[in-house]
Amino acid sequence: MSITEDEARKVAHLARIAVEDAHLPALAAELNSILHFMEQLSEVDVKGVEPMTGVTPMRLKRREDVVTDGGHPEKVLANAPDARQGFFAVPKVVE
Amino acid sequence: MSDLNQLTIAEARDAMRAGKMSSQELTEACLTAIEGAGALNAFVHDSADLAREMARAADQRIRAGDGAAMTGIPLGVKDLFCTRGVTTQAASRILEGFTPQYESTVTQNLWDAGAVMLGKLNMDEFAMGSSNETSVYGKSVNPWKVDDRELTPGGSSGGSAAAVAADLCLAATGTDTGGSIRQPAAFTGTVGLKPTYGRVSRWGTIAFASSLDQAGPMTKTVRDAAIMLGAMASVDDKDSTCAEIPVPDFEAALTGDIRGKKIGIPREYRMDGLSDEIDALWQKGADMLRDAGAEIVEISLPHTKYALPAYYVIAPAEASSNLARYDGVRYGRRATLGQGDGIVEMYEKTRAEGFGAEVQRRVMIGTYVLSAGFYDAYYNRARRVRALIKRDFDQAYADGVDAILTPATPSAAFGLGDMAQKDPVEMYLNDVFTVTVNLAGLPGISVPVGLDGQGLPLGLQLIGRPFEEGELLNHAYVLERAAGFASKPARWW
Repeated sequence: MSITEDEARKVAHLARIAVEDAHLPALAAELNSILHFMEQLSEVDVKGVEPMTGVTPMRLKRREDVVTDGGHPEKVLANAPDARQGFFAVPKVVE
Repeated sequence: MSDLNQLTIAEARDAMRAGKMSSQELTEACLTAIEGAGALNAFVHDSADLAREMARAADQRIRAGDGAAMTGIPLGVKDLFCTRGVTTQAASRILEGFTPQYESTVTQNLWDAGAVMLGKLNMDEFAMGSSNETSVYGKSVNPWKVDDRELTPGGSSGGSAAAVAADLCLAATGTDTGGSIRQPAAFTGTVGLKPTYGRVSRWGTIAFASSLDQAGPMTKTVRDAAIMLGAMASVDDKDSTCAEIPVPDFEAALTGDIRGKKIGIPREYRMDGLSDEIDALWQKGADMLRDAGAEIVEISLPHTKYALPAYYVIAPAEASSNLARYDGVRYGRRATLGQGDGIVEMYEKTRAEGFGAEVQRRVMIGTYVLSAGFYDAYYNRARRVRALIKRDFDQAYADGVDAILTPATPSAAFGLGDMAQKDPVEMYLNDVFTVTVNLAGLPGISVPVGLDGQGLPLGLQLIGRPFEEGELLNHAYVLERAAGFASKPARWW
C-alpha cells in the first residue's frame, strides 16, 4: 500500500493538522517510508490469535456510579485560552 | 561533606537520619549545581522556592522521627508529570503556559514520602523521540563527552538522564513507552527501571500510548531505584489499569544472592550488525551473572523482529487518540485565527503550529492505521503480533527462566544532530532491545556495565517476570556490583 498526495491531505485533515499543499509530497513520502517498515507484519502468521488489548490478565475495576469529584469550574477553566462567564469560548460552530 | 549533590539516595537518607546533614543543605547543593549546568539544558522549569520550602518541611519531619526513605531527597521531575502550580507542558508548544491544577499520583506519592521537587526536566515532545531533540525547549545535552561533539543523553527522558548523570539531583522520574527510561540511562551511565505495566499509576502523567506507558525511577544505583520505586508505586483507584497488588519493600529484596537462578539469553537479540563491543559487553555480563552462581541458558523469543513494526503501529494509534484533546479549547495554546475562520480551522491551525514534526508524523500515522479500511490490516494485525510477542516471554518464564539479559541499546550515545538527515525509521531502531518489554508489559532495567572504546558508557538490560521487580532489582544489583561501574563524566559544563 502506498499513500498518494491526496490521501496524505485526507489523513492530515482527519488528524486536524493543517498541512500546506507544497508540503504534501514530502509528507506522503515520509508516511510511505514508515508504512513500508510496518509491512513486515504481514509476514507473521496470526491465524487464531486474538488481538491483545491489555498486558495484565485483570478485569477492569468497577466502582459505584457516584460523583467522586467536581464543583471546581474555576480550576477547570483556569488554563483555557479563552473562557467567558464560566464557559470555554470557541469560534462559531454552526454554519 | 562537600558536593552533597553527588550522594546517592541511600547515602543521603542515612546521613540525614544520622543528623549529619540536612535536606536544606542537600537541596541547596543541588540548586547550585543546577544553576551551573545551563549548558546541559536538563532543567527547564525551576521550582527553587518550592524546593526550599519542601526541604524545610522534610527536615522538620526527620527531626520529629517521622522520616520515610525518600524524605528530604531532592528530585527532578520529567515534564510529563502534572505538578500543581508548576508549569507542565510535555516539552510541547501546544501546552505553552499550562499550569496543572492537580498533582499526578506518582509525584503526589513522592511528596507524601517527603521528597523535594527541584524542577521539571527536559524530554522529547510528548515523549516521542530517542534523542531529546524534538523538545520545544531545545535539545538536552549528555554530560558525557569524548571530543568536541555534543552527544545526546538519549530520549525521551533525556533531561532526567542528563540531570542524574551530572549530579544535578539525586534521582529523577522518567517514563518509558518503548525504551524512554532505559535507553537514556544506558547513554549516561545511570540506572533506569521501567516497572511492570500497572505497577505505577498513570494518573496525571500526560498520556502518549496508554497501553504501553509506565513511569519509573532514574537513579545513580540499583539500590536507589529500589527505594524510589517503592515511593512512586501505589494502588490507585484513579487509574483503572493500575494493579491491585500491594507494593512490597523492594530494597529488602537486594540480597545479592542469585545462586541457582536461570538467566535467559535470547538468541534473536544477536542481530545482524550488532557491534562487537556490545556483543562482548553482553557476554561479559552473562559471565558476571554465571560467576555469581546463576545458570545461563540460551532462549528463543521468535517474534522479536516484529516488535518494532508492531510498536510503531500501536503507539501512534494510541497517541493519535490521546493527543486529540489538544485542540486549543481547554488548555495550552490556540492559534491566531483569520477573519471567518471556524472551529475546524481553529483545530487545524492550532495543532499545526502547536505540535512539532515528529508528533505530527506519529499522530498522522496513528490516524491512518485507525482509519476505515486499514484498521484490520495494520492496527488489529499489530495487536495480534503483540499477543505473540507476549506469548514468547510467557513461554520463556514458564520454562523456568528467572530473568533475561540483553543489550540495552544498539550503540553508545550518538552525536546531537547525527540523525537529522536520516529516515525517521533509523531513529526508531534505537528501541530495538527495549520495545518488546513494553509490548509484553514486563519490568526491565538498564544497568551501566562498562565503557566503550571511546570512553562512553554502555548498559545492559535485565528483563524480569511481571510484578517481580524485587527479584529483577536483585539480579541488577548483582550485575552492578560485579561490573563495578564507577566512572563519572568529566565536568565541562
